[in-house]
Amino acid sequence: MSDFSLPSDTAERREKLSILFTEAVPHNHALGLRLEEVGATDATVVMPYADMLVGNPETGVVAGGAVTTLIDAASGTAVMAALNAFAAIVTLDLRIDYLRPARPGLPLTARAECYKVTRLVAFVRALVHQGDPAMPVASSQGTFMRVED
Amino acid sequence: MSTPSLPLADLVRQVRQSREYPRLTDAIPYTRFMGIGVENLAGEMLCRMRYAPHLIGNSILPALHGGTLGALLESSAIFELLLKTDTERVPKVISTTVDFLRSGKAQDTFAKAFITRQGRRVANVRVEAWQDDRTRPIASSHALFLLSEP
Repeated sequence: MSDFSLPSDTAERREKLSILFTEAVPHNHALGLRLEEVGATDATVVMPYADMLVGNPETGVVAGGAVTTLIDAASGTAVMAALNAFAAIVTLDLRIDYLRPARPGLPLTARAECYKVTRLVAFVRALVHQGDPAMPVASSQGTFMRVED
Repeated sequence: MSTPSLPLADLVRQVRQSREYPRLTDAIPYTRFMGIGVENLAGEMLCRMRYAPHLIGNSILPALHGGTLGALLESSAIFELLLKTDTERVPKVISTTVDFLRSGKAQDTFAKAFITRQGRRVANVRVEAWQDDRTRPIASSHALFLLSEP
């Protein structure tokens, strides 16, 4: 897959990435992930609450694995925003801290910020919340690498 | 959400004895959706994530979504804790670190969890995931879990 650059207009940028975000990524689509915002170096992704995401049937709390996918998707998109390209990238590592239990029934929002890019490696932080970013459910730190064809 | 017919703690106790693992993995909506199950293979308890097209993250390669490997690693750790310790409820993840080592191909993926330390409240678990060749893992993780007291 060759990289191609993103439009400079914010709305066009978001629209273009949104389409690729779900159409080119079946698992994002399967989880109902929506790309809400794309900035110069950041991305915000929402995962609606769904019964199939429940990891604990006694509490209705969403599985950590689904939160991992949400964070990976938001972080990867933030890297593309920072590179200003729909680039071929892979996740090298991801560390997630679960700060408080997610409340059942509410969507989860991940906001990822790519705070440093080098020629090959990009560094990303993300926070997951349920409406109030001051009360995060999870925080993460990940590294991504650009791959050649 | 489908409610299991038994309280989960009772189901877990029964499955520890009977080794009818699908009864437990099917009681958890997310592992059912992901096609993640526990299997006894050559006397060893492993997890398998059955390949399905909705697990793909990159359609061009194609490759599994990184998040699906994270999900398999975490589920494998949780099932190991539920079935090999006497914790009564689903362990809560405190933190997890995943290394993505190779891209996951469009095929079944296996995982094996190792409990590296089990305290009264906290357990440390290491997990490796592989596809064709167990000596070439495609992802690995270490994670901390909060356990319920029996």
